[in-house]
Amino acid sequence: MNVSLYVWQRATAAIMAPMIFMHVAVIFYATRHGLTAADILARTRGNIGWGAFYTLFVIAASVHASIGIRNILAEWSQLDDRGAGIAALVFGVAVFGLGLRAVAAVTLP
Amino acid sequence: MTSELKVSLWRGGKSGRYQAFSVPRRENQTVLDVVTYVQRHLDPSLSYRFACRVGVCGSCAMMVNGRPRWTCRTHVSRVAQSGSLEIGPLENFPVIKDLATDMAGFFEKWRDAGGGFVPTKTRHDEIEAILPDSPARLAAAAAIECINCGVCHAACDTVRWNENYLGPAALNRAWTLVNDVRDGGNRERLTVIAANGGCHACHSHESCREHCPLALNPTASIAGLKRRTVQAWLKGEIRSRDREGSA
Repeated sequence: MNVSLYVWQRATAAIMAPMIFMHVAVIFYATRHGLTAADILARTRGNIGWGAFYTLFVIAASVHASIGIRNILAEWSQLDDRGAGIAALVFGVAVFGLGLRAVAAVTLP
Repeated sequence: MTSELKVSLWRGGKSGRYQAFSVPRRENQTVLDVVTYVQRHLDPSLSYRFACRVGVCGSCAMMVNGRPRWTCRTHVSRVAQSGSLEIGPLENFPVIKDLATDMAGFFEKWRDAGGGFVPTKTRHDEIEAILPDSPARLAAAAAIECINCGVCHAACDTVRWNENYLGPAALNRAWTLVNDVRDGGNRERLTVIAANGGCHACHSHESCREHCPLALNPTASIAGLKRRTVQAWLKGEIRSRDREGSA
């Protein structure tokens, strides 16, 4: 891992850390108040704030995870750095796409 | 204490095997004494490396019962309570023969990490005054006593997994020079260290600190290099690039 990947991975971790606490807090709130899926969707659909929150989380997660996957592949598989980078890029794009799809499903009106 | 010590020594190259010997047990006996006894009394064809016998030269490190150790300062009484010893060549190094490993790659990485001092003055200039309690000098002093025995390199998981990783000894040396105000090679040194296989490959497992016979902490040196390279990169003083020869 070079210095730019190191900084990107640490920076995205710093972004995600407080967001995970927020996410867990929301889960606790929803379960303790007995919210149904319809209740939750009623709150999230059309809500720009939740849309922005989870879009940022998906961006950070896809960057962070793909750098980690790249390191694992480079150290533990037969792939060289270039091959590991390409595989990690494909993984990151997939996570980004799937994540955005999920965000769209719960926040688009 | 048993009067005989059961000793298994690695024989051959990469694909060798362990050979059993019986060595007289003595009250005061180092692992190097045991290996030397075998070579001088039982099998003169045994190959191994040592020089000073007092923990200064760093040439006698071997695997002792699965752990890398400096054999000249490792007493048998401390590592062979069961009365047996298994002694092999240092892990993560190519085996030349028996207990002798090829250290060339280790020192090439030491050089590649910018381990050479880059002077900024001539003999005609004033001698640089360095305060012994300045932060840079204290940081360098904490790492400077390395004897390049290779124990940390043999203990390092990242060295085992990533052949391009410069390793704890080379990075520890670089950290001493990064903190040397007389040195002028930091831009090139930090550029190499910030590339693939440099300090950011370290997982901070701390095996180097755990095994260092001089109780140095290369992990702390590498953490310092991580901070310093990030600062230099954010300021635009160095650019992110792949190290030459790195895949």
